Amino acid sequence: MEKINTIQKEIIEEFKILDQDFEMSLNYLMELGDRVPLIKEKYKVEENIIKGCQSKVWLTYKLNNNGFTFSGDSNTEITKGLLSLLIRIYSNCSPKEIIDSNLFFIKEIGFNRFIGTQRSNGLKSMENKFKIFALSNI
Amino acid sequence: MSKPLNIDKLRKEFPILKTKINNNNLVYFDNAATTQKPIKVINALDYYYKNINSNIHRGLHSLAEIATKEFEKTRLIVKNFINAKNEEEIIFTRGTTEGINLIANCYPKKYLKENDEIIISEMEHHSNIVPWQMICKEKKLKLKITKINKKGELDLNSFKSLITDKTKFVSLVHISNSLGTINPIKKIISICRDNDIKILIDGAQASPHININVQELDCDFYVLSAHKMYGPTGVGVMYGKSKLLNEMPPYMGGGEMIKNVTFNKTTYNDIPYKFEAGTPNIGDVIAFKEAINFINEIGKENIQNYEKDLKNYTLEKLQNIDGLKLVGDAKNRIGIFSFTIEHTHYYDLGLLLDAKGIAIRTGHHCTQPIMDKFNIEGTARMSLAIYNSIEEIDYFIESLKKIINK
Repeated sequence: MEKINTIQKEIIEEFKILDQDFEMSLNYLMELGDRVPLIKEKYKVEENIIKGCQSKVWLTYKLNNNGFTFSGDSNTEITKGLLSLLIRIYSNCSPKEIIDSNLFFIKEIGFNRFIGTQRSNGLKSMENKFKIFALSNI
Repeated sequence: MSKPLNIDKLRKEFPILKTKINNNNLVYFDNAATTQKPIKVINALDYYYKNINSNIHRGLHSLAEIATKEFEKTRLIVKNFINAKNEEEIIFTRGTTEGINLIANCYPKKYLKENDEIIISEMEHHSNIVPWQMICKEKKLKLKITKINKKGELDLNSFKSLITDKTKFVSLVHISNSLGTINPIKKIISICRDNDIKILIDGAQASPHININVQELDCDFYVLSAHKMYGPTGVGVMYGKSKLLNEMPPYMGGGEMIKNVTFNKTTYNDIPYKFEAGTPNIGDVIAFKEAINFINEIGKENIQNYEKDLKNYTLEKLQNIDGLKLVGDAKNRIGIFSFTIEHTHYYDLGLLLDAKGIAIRTGHHCTQPIMDKFNIEGTARMSLAIYNSIEEIDYFIESLKKIINK
């Protein structure tokens, strides 16, 4: 839990430098997307997909004594950047830590528009996928 | 002869065009989704609620009288705008979708029987597909789909080959919302006349851009939305030939649409009121007349000439961008451009353009069958309107190139 909040605070600081400039934030997100540990093609199956109206996201995990490790991908660079933020936040956490966590960085960095609705593949549906993985391992 | 348009002056009539988006001037190219509103439309709505708000066709007090008169004035202006024979053929709806649903529900109830056939095309908006699927399932009718070619044009041979003696109804889009194709509806209507088939035209995209003359077209029904023609949201028009409207059963029951109600028997009101159950969207209908006045003051010929120049200019610029692929290449088209870009997903493109203040639409545009046809999931779509300028197109093209070359 502590770890999750520390990383969120780090992310908030990084985006502060961009001064809420939307274009710079998008470009930074796209750079971050490159850091996503890529999911193997054979794991790009129905149960690992987070379907949205405009973009697709795949996510899978491994769990050992050090917590979760994740790999994923997206067909859009910006969504992949958002995914990379969540992977960074949730990596090496236990299922309980993920379930108890609360994502506060989104509002802080002015990314409310990425939270998404049912139709869009937003941060909320990605967060839910991480939490479903956590719940199924409790 | 049409006079040249003063676009700078015209743009000043749209307060929203002064808006800043992400510290840039708003460049609005999502006109096929909805158009912006001129100040006279906004003022008319404001004036209605401040001065004449009242329910129509019921009260005998002065305000009710004024509101009714203003509401009915819009009906007359719409009648003239599409050159219907008389005002009773103009039914106010919530929009094109409601118009199609009304016809899909009421027409088959009166005229169609099991195994009768309805034809729609591959380029229809979901709102001209789903209502027909629903009624076909309910009444055991057959829905047939006429093909489009690789350019995104209707294949008239495919259309003719689908017609049998069971074909009773055709519902077709005038201008495609994702491809910009202008369909040869006059030819199609004439084929329908020869085969005793009734036809509905979805004019949502056509109404702000090209001249509509329902008597000359000789279509049976024509539907449109006010918000796509500089008017308010929540208002649409369904035109129908009076003979059909008189014979068709009502869509919804309620106030306004009745003559007399007892628990034993209810008699219905005359058209158009038979199809206007409940309190309509009075304020927006009244404001809609100012949108038509705005179009009429510029003149459809002027609009067509100016928009044609914008369209040709945009088309040439888009065709010269490496890696950009236009979806739909119809010879007869308006300024709606759907495209994909190699190595850049339309979702990213939409957001990156938004960061520069440019509003376009991304996705499947409620036409998933078209996307399937072209084997894609979606496109970026930029669509033009009368207030767009060459400078805005240049800025868009330059921004697009910067994003692609990054």
